[in-house]
Amino acid sequence: MFTRRRTWAMLAAVALIPILLAFAVALTAEELAPGEGPPFLSQVTQNGLFTGFTATLLALPLFLPLTIAVVAGDTIAGEASLGTLRYLLIAPVGRLRLLVVKYIGTIVFALAATFTLMIAGGIIGAILFPIGPVTLLSGDEISLAESIGRMAIVSFYTTVSMTGILAIGLFISTLTTVPVGAMAATVVLTGVSQILDNLPQLSWLHEWLFTHYWLDFADILRQPIELGSFASNALLQLGYVAVFGALAYSRFSTKDILS
Amino acid sequence: MTQGQELAIRTSSLTKQFGSQKAVSEISLSVPRGSVFGFLGPNGSGKTTTIRMILGLADASEGEIELLGHPIPKQLEQALPKVGALVEGPAFYPYMSGRNNLIRIDSADRFSEAKTRKQRVDSALERVGLTNASKKKVHAYSLGMKQRLGLANALLKPREILILDEPTNGLDPQGTREVRNLIRSLAAEGITIFVSSHLLSEIEQLCSHLAVMTAGKIVAQGNIQELRNESQTRLVLKADRIDELVELLKSQGLSKISLKPDRIVVPVPTNFDAATLNQLLVKKKFMVSEIRLEQPSLEEYFVNLTGEGFEVVR
Repeated sequence: MFTRRRTWAMLAAVALIPILLAFAVALTAEELAPGEGPPFLSQVTQNGLFTGFTATLLALPLFLPLTIAVVAGDTIAGEASLGTLRYLLIAPVGRLRLLVVKYIGTIVFALAATFTLMIAGGIIGAILFPIGPVTLLSGDEISLAESIGRMAIVSFYTTVSMTGILAIGLFISTLTTVPVGAMAATVVLTGVSQILDNLPQLSWLHEWLFTHYWLDFADILRQPIELGSFASNALLQLGYVAVFGALAYSRFSTKDILS
Repeated sequence: MTQGQELAIRTSSLTKQFGSQKAVSEISLSVPRGSVFGFLGPNGSGKTTTIRMILGLADASEGEIELLGHPIPKQLEQALPKVGALVEGPAFYPYMSGRNNLIRIDSADRFSEAKTRKQRVDSALERVGLTNASKKKVHAYSLGMKQRLGLANALLKPREILILDEPTNGLDPQGTREVRNLIRSLAAEGITIFVSSHLLSEIEQLCSHLAVMTAGKIVAQGNIQELRNESQTRLVLKADRIDELVELLKSQGLSKISLKPDRIVVPVPTNFDAATLNQLLVKKKFMVSEIRLEQPSLEEYFVNLTGEGFEVVR
């Protein structure tokens, strides 16, 4: 996957988000009143390290899932549309093994994407803005070293958040030989999940939606760290991985490869 | 069954149903080990579907398959490392070089040795004459080059059988010849070769055995010599006084005489004695300019079995 130009182009695009964000903030002298604009945005000028957090927050609803869906939707359907799937299977590569390897590959991409967001944000923030000890949402102040640790935890949290949608994408990818279809379907499901999550009438459903805990990474930015949402998120994502992983396997293991 | 050990591929009543249509209908193939087995049939006759089932890519609706003595799909993983295959044209990642494509697919196969990988890849590339283009990305390859790369992929490891689906597709005459020579040299090493084609002329000179498939069924199968013998021998005659000649032939018990513009063609028994007939004709003062026995080419036999015409049968 990392031999493909597309993968690098997507990572570059991901890196562009914090860069654009930082320039936009730096070039407009206007001071935002605290609370105006997306959360954290006002903090960016005071501390460059917040750029990464803000960029992650901005990328989460759409941009990050979009790149994730491209990678996940491509897993099996991409191989099928190229015809390389049949050659992999007769190499032979076991079907279960292929699914697992493909899935791990997508997780590696998610890890790369979330860390790219954070690292690019940290770097551009450090260049354009002063950096220093970070004031957390709880008002406490943590050292530079510790805040870098927090950045890593947030990126890791976001990666975990993506495992569910990656499993969904993998499953959809086993259903078709048209990778674009699988990618689009995965994006659509992400959108639907987020919309449902915003309807108060469906509050009973919210904690079951795979997007529900995505933005709760803010809990990492409290002192002491609140890991409750991390745990529920991980558990929920694990559930999605188990269900859609099983669906993907049951579909793929019996599928006639006719492409 | 003792016979099972000598067969590289055995299918019995193999059937594949897509919806209401039987793409493959109760075919029983017997491919002896060490043979070069031609699998012949027009486009859409079910050849590739059969190959997909043999390789475990698709499940059979009914029937059994044995590949190198292993029941398929149960022991697929035991059989496949000994099988090199080209299925429905080559397929590679266009954004990678030919060589890296081979390396990637070989690394995906956990049965193959990493230590010898580079050397095996390079010798496979050399064998198909792609060494000079091995560093080019595959999207810059011509169809013929991709076909060669597909063959190289089948040759990455020592194989017991090669299953080649239309291996000469897209190759120029020179390339076709090379592929034929390659197949010959592989067969000489004792590798069983199962090669499908819609063109008899492509494989006629290569094969020791042949199966002809049309509309999902096997219509003929066996040793190529036996198949040749099954076709009807014909007598070809050129002489004057055609009308009298026809009468004479009829009196000799030869019917089904067909008159061509310049000659007469009659089906005859295989052991027909043309010399005696010639003597008779000369005695009756016919001016005979040609008399010979003719064995129809396999091509004609093939067309007879599969039907002529360009239309796809179904």
